[in-house]
Amino acid sequence: MSDIKITRRGILKGGTIAGAGLAMPTIFTSSAWAGGHSGFTNAPTGNTVTLGFNVPQSGPYADEGADELRAYQLAVEHLNGEGDGGMLNTFSSKALDGTGILGKKVEYVTGDTQTKSDAARASARSMIEKDGAIMITGGSSSGVAVAVQALCQEAGVIFMAGLTHSNDTTGKDKKANGFRHFFNSYMTGAALAPVLANAYGNDRKAYHLTADYNWGYTTEEAVKNSTEALGWETVAAVRTPLTQTDFSSYIAPVLQSGADVLVLNHYGGNMVNSLTNAVQFGLREKMVNDKNFEIVVPLYSRLMAKGAGANVKGIFGSTNWHWSLAQGFTDASGKKVAPDAASAAFVKSFGEKYGFPPSQAAHTCYVQTILYADACTRAKSFKPSAVGEALEGFRFDGLGNGPTLYRAEDHQCFKDVLVVRGKENPTSEYDLLEVVEITPVDQVIYDASIFGGELGGFNNGA
Amino acid sequence: MLGLSKSDIRIFLLVVVLTIFAPFILNPFPEASGLAQFNAGYPDLMQRFVIFGIFAIGFNILFGLTGYLSFGHAAFLGVGSYAAIWMMKLLTMNVIPGIIMSVLIAGIFAVAVGYISLKRTGIYFSILTLAFAQMSFALAYSVLTPITGGETGLQPKISDPRMLDAALASGEAPRANLFGLEMGTSYELALSGWVFTFNVGYYVAAIVMIIALYIAIRIFRSPFGVMLRAVKSNQQRMRYTGLNPKPYTLAAFVISGMYAGLAGGLMVAMDTQVGPERMFWTASGEVVLMTILGGTGTIVGPILGAGLIKYMENILSKINADILYEWFAMLPDSIADILVFVIYPFIGKGWHLTLGIIFMCVVIFLPGGLVEGGQRIGNMFGRKKKTEGEKSSQPAE
Repeated sequence: MSDIKITRRGILKGGTIAGAGLAMPTIFTSSAWAGGHSGFTNAPTGNTVTLGFNVPQSGPYADEGADELRAYQLAVEHLNGEGDGGMLNTFSSKALDGTGILGKKVEYVTGDTQTKSDAARASARSMIEKDGAIMITGGSSSGVAVAVQALCQEAGVIFMAGLTHSNDTTGKDKKANGFRHFFNSYMTGAALAPVLANAYGNDRKAYHLTADYNWGYTTEEAVKNSTEALGWETVAAVRTPLTQTDFSSYIAPVLQSGADVLVLNHYGGNMVNSLTNAVQFGLREKMVNDKNFEIVVPLYSRLMAKGAGANVKGIFGSTNWHWSLAQGFTDASGKKVAPDAASAAFVKSFGEKYGFPPSQAAHTCYVQTILYADACTRAKSFKPSAVGEALEGFRFDGLGNGPTLYRAEDHQCFKDVLVVRGKENPTSEYDLLEVVEITPVDQVIYDASIFGGELGGFNNGA
Repeated sequence: MLGLSKSDIRIFLLVVVLTIFAPFILNPFPEASGLAQFNAGYPDLMQRFVIFGIFAIGFNILFGLTGYLSFGHAAFLGVGSYAAIWMMKLLTMNVIPGIIMSVLIAGIFAVAVGYISLKRTGIYFSILTLAFAQMSFALAYSVLTPITGGETGLQPKISDPRMLDAALASGEAPRANLFGLEMGTSYELALSGWVFTFNVGYYVAAIVMIIALYIAIRIFRSPFGVMLRAVKSNQQRMRYTGLNPKPYTLAAFVISGMYAGLAGGLMVAMDTQVGPERMFWTASGEVVLMTILGGTGTIVGPILGAGLIKYMENILSKINADILYEWFAMLPDSIADILVFVIYPFIGKGWHLTLGIIFMCVVIFLPGGLVEGGQRIGNMFGRKKKTEGEKSSQPAE
């Protein structure tokens, strides 16, 4: 150890160390979440721009994540002028011309949220810090959306939420850099209640089974408030553990309670299991208070309907978008609704690429990507504050939900809400739900301040 | 030096040097090259390396020395995180009070859990700790929602009290800092194609890890450490000689719980958010894997294991089929298809599979973990230093 040899290698090593030492004092002077020098995080420098698609690829919502990723890939193709253009052709804003965003080709990186906040944030941070993503989007749960949204606010990039239905995302946890196109629990309650009252009467007694976590609470509250306003009575609201797979012990007391409607505030696998249990118990054949016993599932998705199979027949719920809009339908009152050209364009290009119709998760993710690209183009900048201002108060049409407003106060989209019902005679494994009513946006809009929370200012990062 | 033996000081200094130069070592490939995919020198991952290093070092004090296998260590990580975020919400965004509190609260919690769990040994002890951790997870997820924020977790908000901090300027968000130095601040050094990132948060966490490692080495080499080894080798014999093992095991349990709390507090300091899944049983399992993979009972093993697992989780899992096709672009399509078909299950979301295979190989062929692998390679080449090599392989137990 004592004899010192001077080698070429040693000198190189020493030189590097000395260099790093000299660089040290400057470390704390420059702040950089960023690679670029244009005053905001990850300003694109070359002729490409990178988007980060952060979706669940493993865990309980992996199916939805896979569908989201398909939609993102389709959106990137359309933005880069490949494929048939999809909803770009029907979109009311004509700023996008198929040459990427602001002339830069769109590239993307993907990550796995695992439907865990920590994993989702790690994945989003690596996209921002390592891959230079300028926008993060995706996710299939509200916990993840809230966590990643806060991260994007800190890092100074825009977050375009994927599937997240809790009021909190644009309510008490809203952030200036975050935007949500998907609807929320409040809107579900407001849209569903009149349809339920219409179909089942105004003097019903409801029993709630609620998944014991944040989304469950907000949904239970929303449905409870809206139905009680129409004369329903809530007999009981029971919380069920999220990990529960057998709901028999929760279903049995329902009949003794004197309730005649069961509301299942469950999502994903929870809903599939609880609904199946309820149907197996023969609840739907029972007569209570001289009325036919009914079941309601506030938030539906096609993938859940597939899981529950024949059990969903005739059961009401709400959804953000459904591919059958592309074909037109007859609603509950017998009114014919014409096919929606935008939905048709989307279903066509998605179907041609992947061979089956898109889910609502795919739709909202596709739309969010297009909206982001459009906002950049209109703002003529990728700077989060400029993009955000372009999105705030933006009114658009032709993306499948009719006229829509991106409200400036809470960055939430307001549009018509679809009330759907499990189809009696499905023709294929994708044709499980039918739209019974499109609740107009005026019925579901609310004051931005009711959920509290503070938007704060835009953060451009570096 | 520093009260360490010659071989310990060598390992310690090696870790110090590696940690200081991690931004260079972890970014071996130029930014523009295709291999940049494998670079790990970005702040988030570097912070994770050292934080999980601390977590694993602490776990190793319990598992490596006493042989008690805790399956619930993530609970302490979570408790530490919640303590730290509440300090940030109530007192100040300065990370110091949060980190101190996370260690204290995790320590108190560990006393309670340890006191009950240590009434049993072996598998029963493991199951008890697992039960406690799952209980903590369930409580944080739903019952304690007012304190823990439930599924959505907790984050600093503009409207938090923060009694010690000056009011924020309008449009400013609260950021974790160390006396004004923000954790997210980085300096980028561009050297002909290479970009090296030096992040404040990383160096703060790295200093804490080095201190934690130093304390761990001192514990390993102390009379107390010898007692803990005695617990592992034969508790009964220890009792016959008139020694009560309970205080020693409880002390080890609490120390290792405090290490986990420290890691949790640092996680919040680096990334100001907590969610309950941090306490889920898979997180507890992960630290067991890290320790065994690196080398149970060794000094640097757990850090290596933590690094390997975090590297695979963050780098390997991000390689998707498109990237594979890019790599094989020059090969004929059919061959590329076959190669992608063969490799694809092991990357991307299949990284767990690769981890499982590596883990099996390590357990079967290198029971001493990666450290044993390193020693074998060292012995193979260092013929001259054979005597020294043998010596250094001894304290590996």
